[in-house]
Amino acid sequence: MSILISSETKILIQGITGAFGGKHAQLSIDYGTQVVAGVTPGKGGQTFEHAGVKVPVFNSVAEAAKATGATVSAIFVPPPFAGDAILECVDAGLDLAVCITEGIPIKDMVRVKRAMQGAKTRLVGPNCPGLVTPGEGEGSNGGCRIGIAPGYIHKKGHVGVVSRSGTLTYEAVFQITTKGLGQSTSVGIGGDPVNGTDHLDVIKLFNEDPDTKGIILIGEIGGNAEVEAARWIKDNCTKPVAGFIAGATAPPGRRMGHAGAIVGGAEDTAEAKIAVFKECGIEVAETPSDMADALLRAAKAKGVSLA
Amino acid sequence: MNIHEYQAKALFAKFGVPAPQGAAAKSSDEFATALSSLPEGPTMVKSQIHAGGRGKGTFTDGYKGGVKFCKTKDEALEVAGKMINNTLVTIQTGPAGRKVQTIYFTAALDIKKEYYLAILLDRATSRPVIVASTEGGVEIEKVAEETPEKITKVFIDPAYGLADFQIREIVFGLELTGGEAKNAYKLIRNLYTCFWETDASMVEVNPLITTPEGDVLALDAKVSFDDNALFRHPEIVELRDLNEEDPKEIEASKYDLAYIALDGNIACLVNGAGLAMSTMDIIKHYGGNPANFLDVGGGATKEKVIAAFKIILGDPNVGGIFVNIFGGIMDCNVIAEGIVDAVKEVGLKLPLVVRLEGNNVAAGKATLAASGLELVSGDTMADAAQKIVKLVA
Repeated sequence: MSILISSETKILIQGITGAFGGKHAQLSIDYGTQVVAGVTPGKGGQTFEHAGVKVPVFNSVAEAAKATGATVSAIFVPPPFAGDAILECVDAGLDLAVCITEGIPIKDMVRVKRAMQGAKTRLVGPNCPGLVTPGEGEGSNGGCRIGIAPGYIHKKGHVGVVSRSGTLTYEAVFQITTKGLGQSTSVGIGGDPVNGTDHLDVIKLFNEDPDTKGIILIGEIGGNAEVEAARWIKDNCTKPVAGFIAGATAPPGRRMGHAGAIVGGAEDTAEAKIAVFKECGIEVAETPSDMADALLRAAKAKGVSLA
Repeated sequence: MNIHEYQAKALFAKFGVPAPQGAAAKSSDEFATALSSLPEGPTMVKSQIHAGGRGKGTFTDGYKGGVKFCKTKDEALEVAGKMINNTLVTIQTGPAGRKVQTIYFTAALDIKKEYYLAILLDRATSRPVIVASTEGGVEIEKVAEETPEKITKVFIDPAYGLADFQIREIVFGLELTGGEAKNAYKLIRNLYTCFWETDASMVEVNPLITTPEGDVLALDAKVSFDDNALFRHPEIVELRDLNEEDPKEIEASKYDLAYIALDGNIACLVNGAGLAMSTMDIIKHYGGNPANFLDVGGGATKEKVIAAFKIILGDPNVGGIFVNIFGGIMDCNVIAEGIVDAVKEVGLKLPLVVRLEGNNVAAGKATLAASGLELVSGDTMADAAQKIVKLVA
């Protein structure tokens, strides 16, 4: 099946009239995603057209959701305005907001996260590649692609992938697909230190999803999200889990690209996280080329088939 | 983004956070004027670099100590003369040290007691936190390990802001009373405003001091800012000191490339921070040593790729190059064209291993094959990493 999104999901795209948003709207439409609306304040009434699909553009998320029944938003809005764009989704009562934007000031996210507390809308991101639930068609078309991941590397299947990184996720997904297995859903939670969804939030959903048979957890230096997830997995997760932590060679105190990839103390190093993974029964991938194999080892040890 | 102590104290002054009177000088010509602006009495002479441990540091010519107490103004002049344009090595600078280009003179005050006060973002709660301790002037990590009960922390609700009762909690935790408590209260309130309004990522005052007269001041100031928020703080951007940054990193930021110099000899060019970090990791895994972290980002153009290539080739330690691309947004052919053009422009005598996968990979591989460039391809990341390590060894 999948988590959070499926081929039935109707999405709107904030920033669809911009170059970045527009390009990925096209790719999502090509993938078979139901892009039913776009939102760009001031451009309501326009139509975004691609491959014969006509997507109406609205001035606000609330209007777009009401008119089209969209329940999920993909946010391609520049950093100074992205926090506001997230809150607009919350106010409109969407189920899910996926914020792709990199570079949002941390203070803005601190305020947004606080303002969202208790609301029904889940936030994934910011600074994330988005989510893909692969479909059954050629190149896994017919599924739902929110964000910027290449669709064709996916395949419909039973491995759940959750990661902070974009391109490293594609590595894992491609390894899985190349081995003839497939993904239930791939979720990029993003590289920012203050974000809407943690590894653990996604792991819990994968644990409950009848169609996810194994999980790959990809993390990096900085923060304690992976450790928190690992400890929960030890006590609660019945499915095989493989993990990889990037940044073992990163020098301390430096921001390694992602705003959240910075070592603060002894516990958020790659070594520390890998040690906890091992303690918690998570099969550790030695190198990024080993991620799918690590999951196969974990599945074999549990007598589980991922096919 | 980091700033110097003297800049941080100027910022504090704007927000009503008291610090000892001070004046900065960027050359020996400016020393006399700076010193004459200070009151009579002893002076602190402080080397300005973006690193801690200055007091215990040593200059490369053997002169000891980057922070000195001077009884007279003449002594201060002499000491400053020894420090200016000299290179200071501290436990935080690394063995190469940093050139001191600014001296900060401050009035040397009598200290009654030293405390610790800092404001930063707590990742676990996604809230700002104020950390305070009666143990000032020492390493806070040590205090946290050995005597955690001497640390007070309050977490600020972003919806409400810093509450008065929270400031009181800090002040009581610092065991301050009477006039000192009143002064500390004001200082903390203003320091928090400074932190919040400037989009600082951290403000550290170590030590915060009380004087025999009952004043409370910031004796040192370490402030850094959220890079993501600089677009809305041109006044902070003006404080940037390019001399404190690696020239390659400065060049990279002009092109919006994330680049960090390391000390190995295998240069990397990768798209995506997670993949870039794990590229460094896999090189190490196979016995090599990465020369840098470099993320060209998703929407990189040919020009960006060329700029990236030139930057990594500008590192004299580089003995080989590993290009590892998984194109999602990134188009493999754009990378390929960038590499071909870059090599044409600067020439390449070093081993080059390229691993391309993803968006438009077939065209990318074709471009590289047709270029006649001497390069080695890798199929998987592991395969490519092993190849470059072997070639550079």
